[in-house]
Amino acid sequence: MSRERMINLLLAGLLLAAPLVATAIGEPFYITLATRMAILALAAVGLNFALGLGGLVSFGHAAFFGIGGYVAGIFSSHAFNQTPLFSWPFEFFGSDQMPAIWLAAMLVSALVALLIGAISLRTAGVYFIMITLAFAQMIYYFAISWPAYGGEDGLSIVVRNGFPGVNTAIPLTFFLICYVLLLAALALFALVRDSRFGAALQAGRQNETRLAAVGIAPFRIRLAAFTISAAITGLAGALLADLNRFVSPSMLSWQMSGELIVLIILGGTGRLFGPVAGAMLFVLFEFVLGGLTERWQFFLGLILLGVVLFARGGLIGVLAGKARHG
Amino acid sequence: MAEPVLSIRDLRKSFGALKATDGVSLDLRPGEIHALIGPNGAGKTTLIHQIAGGIAPDSGEIVFLGEDIGALGVAARARRGLGRSFQISSLAAEFSALRNVMLAVQSRQGSSFRFFRPVMRDRSLTEPAMAMLERTGLASRANVPAAELSHGERRQLEMAIALALGPKAFLLDEPMAGMGPEGSRTLTGFLDGLRREAPILLVEHDMDAVFALADRISVLVYGRIIATGTVGEIRRDAEVRRAYLGERP
Repeated sequence: MSRERMINLLLAGLLLAAPLVATAIGEPFYITLATRMAILALAAVGLNFALGLGGLVSFGHAAFFGIGGYVAGIFSSHAFNQTPLFSWPFEFFGSDQMPAIWLAAMLVSALVALLIGAISLRTAGVYFIMITLAFAQMIYYFAISWPAYGGEDGLSIVVRNGFPGVNTAIPLTFFLICYVLLLAALALFALVRDSRFGAALQAGRQNETRLAAVGIAPFRIRLAAFTISAAITGLAGALLADLNRFVSPSMLSWQMSGELIVLIILGGTGRLFGPVAGAMLFVLFEFVLGGLTERWQFFLGLILLGVVLFARGGLIGVLAGKARHG
Repeated sequence: MAEPVLSIRDLRKSFGALKATDGVSLDLRPGEIHALIGPNGAGKTTLIHQIAGGIAPDSGEIVFLGEDIGALGVAARARRGLGRSFQISSLAAEFSALRNVMLAVQSRQGSSFRFFRPVMRDRSLTEPAMAMLERTGLASRANVPAAELSHGERRQLEMAIALALGPKAFLLDEPMAGMGPEGSRTLTGFLDGLRREAPILLVEHDMDAVFALADRISVLVYGRIIATGTVGEIRRDAEVRRAYLGERP
């Protein structure tokens, strides 16, 4: 077993063990902390498709995170109030069931990503960063000025949405749902990374000219990756809304986009468990440093500076060495 | 005479006041090596870029295998069978030599929209790629990342990738650049055999190689082709000697 795989198993084990221990010692708050780690990790796994494999520095992934959150909020509010979300071509009252919400969150995020990607992927570098940011800001201000769903104040989810056969109100149960989805997304990431599609996507990051010269057009490959990436981040958004039982425009903000990028850089860009390591570190910093000082983000900045200057591979890079491509 | 594989008609490209390509016409016939020579800045690489699709010409026509490919992008032209090597090696640096070639094999087989099967366990990719590395003498370096290969090995890898595409014509931009005399001789022998698979449009500064290989030579000066002919004709051409070989009348 390679060193990286051992570290990955260790991280997966730690993340699973934390809420179990918390339950055993009767500290449910730590379950919430671990759930937050799993959800942020899932969002960052999504971004890792675009950023890590494709080299597409999307500074607008909060758009998809927030869209997922709003899908959860809007679906459950209509289901709760029994008002139709739309009445043509059929009457639809939203849903308070997670599988339906997840599917919708992923579909809507993917559709929006297809549109944003079709435009922004015609640019590269700084322009791509700015265009993705601009689209996300447009959606952010749209959410703020849309009074039907709370506008600036956000939207509450009165009762956490359900999942067939289990009680999602139990914190540990909800954690396990998030954890299983995270593992599924990681499995998908590993498969896609090693596939033909993944080879083309990674080659495009390393050398776009080379990819085109062998006859593979980078645009379509990147658009597909951007869309998959958005769908997974959207799914994570729906879960975060259910964790907080609340969704607000802050999920769509550019700070959120930045946080997702920070997670990946902390953990290790393009590495399978980079987002997991990054999310665990980030939530831990937020909790430990945030308990010590209100200005914890200053120290997070210092740590990030250290990582960028001295440990470019992030935590996984430091522990497992450079990535090897078969 | 057989239909040319690649035919360029009155190609023009200006960058501001600079006419980089000024009414160039040339043919690449089946089985030939057509060398394109000319002083630095004559517009050789710009011409290759226009044929490959990286730069759009202002006017003119590029016909490949009977099809006007002027409107197609780089990837579409490569899929139709234009195999190229770059003046400065252009490789996926983190990928091993084998994976660089596998990418070309994958493209040749069709869709890259396959998401689940691991490429390293796909023998329909690894075996043809390995065969190309063996042909170019790189088999022992198959698992070395492209970034860690020597300059000469990268040139060999460029050739292996171009071969793996199974092209109908090769565009080779200074394949000998930076190779030692030994490497140049080996590559000359290799290209000599390659013309049987597909004709080669060869941009090259190494005159020994050009005179040894070329069936025809075109001389490009300031964006214009001033002469096209056999090795003997070009050697004798007074204008060429003045413009390029540096002799005074």
